Amino acid sequence: MWEVFVRTKAGLDHKHCGSLHAADPKMAVQMARDVYTRRQEGSSVWVVRSDQIVASDPNDKDMYFDPAEDKVYRHPTFYKLPDSVDHM
Amino acid sequence: MISSIKIPAAPELTYLLRLADTCLILGQRLGEWCGHAPILEEDIALSNMALDLIGQSRALLTLAGQHSGKCGGEGYDEDQLAFLRDEIDYRNVTLAELPRGDFAFTVLRNLMLSTWLKLMWERLRDSSDAELAAIAGKALKEARYHQQHAADWAVRLGDGTDESRRRSEAALATLWLYTPELFEDDAVDAAATAAGLGPAWSQLHEPWLAEMDEVLGEAKLAVPPAPTFRSTGKRGLHSEHMGYLLAEMQYLQRAYPGGAW
Amino acid sequence: MYTQAMDTMRDEGGDKPALRTAEEAQLQQRFDNRIDAGDFIEAKDWMPENYRKTLLRQISQHAHSEIVGMLPEGNWITRAPTLKRKAILLAKVQDEGGHGLYLYAAAETLGSSRDQMLDALHTGKAKYSSIFNYPTLTWADVGAIGWLVDGAAIMNQVPICRCSFAPYARAMVRICREESFHQRQGFDSLLVMMKQGTDAQRAMVQEAVNRWWWPCLMMFGPPDDQSPNSAQGMRWGIKRVSNDTLRQKFVDAAVQQAEVLGVTFPDPDLRWNEANQHWDYGTIDWSEFWRVVGGDGPCNRERLADRVKAWEDGEWVREAALAHARKSELKEAA
Repeated sequence: MWEVFVRTKAGLDHKHCGSLHAADPKMAVQMARDVYTRRQEGSSVWVVRSDQIVASDPNDKDMYFDPAEDKVYRHPTFYKLPDSVDHM
Repeated sequence: MISSIKIPAAPELTYLLRLADTCLILGQRLGEWCGHAPILEEDIALSNMALDLIGQSRALLTLAGQHSGKCGGEGYDEDQLAFLRDEIDYRNVTLAELPRGDFAFTVLRNLMLSTWLKLMWERLRDSSDAELAAIAGKALKEARYHQQHAADWAVRLGDGTDESRRRSEAALATLWLYTPELFEDDAVDAAATAAGLGPAWSQLHEPWLAEMDEVLGEAKLAVPPAPTFRSTGKRGLHSEHMGYLLAEMQYLQRAYPGGAW
Repeated sequence: MYTQAMDTMRDEGGDKPALRTAEEAQLQQRFDNRIDAGDFIEAKDWMPENYRKTLLRQISQHAHSEIVGMLPEGNWITRAPTLKRKAILLAKVQDEGGHGLYLYAAAETLGSSRDQMLDALHTGKAKYSSIFNYPTLTWADVGAIGWLVDGAAIMNQVPICRCSFAPYARAMVRICREESFHQRQGFDSLLVMMKQGTDAQRAMVQEAVNRWWWPCLMMFGPPDDQSPNSAQGMRWGIKRVSNDTLRQKFVDAAVQQAEVLGVTFPDPDLRWNEANQHWDYGTIDWSEFWRVVGGDGPCNRERLADRVKAWEDGEWVREAALAHARKSELKEAA
C-alpha cells in the first residue's frame, strides 16, 4: 500500500489525495500518475509506503491539540489597537 | 520600589499557592532554554511546555488571589501574586527552582514534576472547588504530554551513549534528593483534604514511584535510594537559587512602581 | 524576522558563465523563460548553479537571522513584567525558532544540510541580519523590536511570499501568517506604557525608540544606487521591491504610528514632503552599518558565542538520540 501526494501546480504544496497498491516504488509512482492525475490534476507526484507513515495516536488527540486552545495571544486579533494603526 | 504584598496564613490558600508556584517557577526555568536548546525542535518543545506551565500558574494564581480575599486578606491578581511577594511567601517545591542544569537535568526534572503534576491534576478534577476542578481538567492534558515528552527523552539519554548515561545518572542523583518534599503531608494537606479541595500529597507517592520505576527501568537508570535530605520550599524556606530567580523575575515590577504593562 | 537585503553580501559569480554546453544553454533558456513567465521553481527542477547558490545563501542567512534573533528578545523572557507579557514574549521568540526551522528545511532542498549551514554560521562564514547585533537594554526594547524591527521585517518578507523558488515562498507564507501578531504585540506593549504608564515608563519607551530607529532603517540594505545585485534578485523574484522603496514605505507607516504612540524619532530632518507625498528622512550612517555587518557591532561576538555554546553544549544530546535510535533499530531487526 502506498500513499499518494499530488502537487496540482508548481508553487503549491503536495496534498494527500489517496492510496493505491503497487509492488515497488517505480510502479507506485507510475500508478499514482495513472490513478490520480487523469484530469490534469498534477504537476508532480510523491508516493510514500503507507507503513512508513508515523501518525499521532487518535487517543492522544486531547493532549496533543487541546493545549493550543487557550493560547489566544498567538493571534493578531488578541491585540486591540487604535483604528488608525489597526491595519498593521 | 514597591513593597511586598502580604499573604494571609490560610491553609487552603497555601495549598493552592504550592501548586501555582511550582508551575510558575518550573515555567520560569524552562523558559530559559528558549534560544539555547540542543536542537531547534527542542527550543520549540520546551517553550511549549513553559507556556503551558505559565498558563496553569496564571489560572491558579487568579484563583488563589480570590481565595486570599475570601479568607481575611486582600484580593490579589495573578501579577501581584507572581511578582510582589517576599521569597518566604512563595510555596513552590524546591525541586522546581533549581537551576536548569544540563539537558539531562532538565529532562529528568520535567519527568519527575510532570508525572507528579499529572497525578495531582487527575485527582483535582474531583475538587470541591469547581474552578480548580476545571483548571485541572485542562492542565491534565498538558501534563500528560509533558510526561510523555520527558519520558521519551529520559529513555534516549539513559540508553544512549556513555556520556548521556553518565550525565543522566548524575542529574538523577541530585534531583532525587528533592523528591521527598513532593510527598510529605503537613497541616496544609490535612485542611485541603478535609475541605475536599484536593488530595494530601502523600497519596501521590505510590503511583508516582510506580510510574518513575517504569520509565527509569526502560532508560536503564537505577532508582536512587530514599534520601534523608529534606527540602522545604513549600514552607517558604527555599534554596539559595530562589533569591536570584526572583530578583530577575520581579525586577521590572519592583523598579517601576505603579507601572502599566 | 528578516535578514537585511541579500545584496550586502558578495556575488556568487556572473549570470552568464563563459563556457557551457549546448544542452546547458537550452536548460538555461527554459529556466529563464519560466522565471520571466512568473512560474515557480521547485527543488527538483533544473536551475543554474548561481541561482542555487544565491538562494541557498539568502535562505540560510534568513534562517540564521531567525535563530540569532531569538537571543536579544530571549534575554527578557525571565524578566518580563507580567505573566501575560511573559507568555506573549515566549510565544514570539519560540515562533522565531520555528521560522528558522522552516527556512533551514527550505534551504536543505537545495542540497546543503542544516549541520553544514550551522557550521557556516558558527565559523563566521555565513551572515545574519545585523539588527540582532544591537543590545536589548530595557524592557521597552522588546516592544520596540516588535513594532519597528518586525515592522521592517514584514515589509521585506511579504514580497518574498511570491519568490520564484517555491519551497522558500511556501515557508514565507507560513511565516508571514504566524508573524502577524508579532508587530501588534510590540506596538500594544508600547502603547500601554505610553498611555497608561508612568513618566519613567514613557522615558524608557522613548529611549528605546531612539536607539532602534536608525538600525531599523538600515535593515532594508544599502541605497539602490549601491546595490549591484538588485536587478538579478528582482528577476529571480527573491527581491521584488527595491531597498529604498521599501525603506520609504516603512518610514511613512512608522511616522503615523509614532504619532499614535506619542513618541518621536531621533531625526531632525524628518519632515513631510508635499511634492512627493512622502516623509523625507535624514542621512543614514552607512559606516555604522558596514561596521556592524563586518563584525564590530555592539554584540556580534556575544551573539555568535551564545549560538556556538548552545550547539556545542547540545552535541552529546544529539549523539545520544542517534545512538538510542540505532539501538532501537537493531532491537527491532533482531
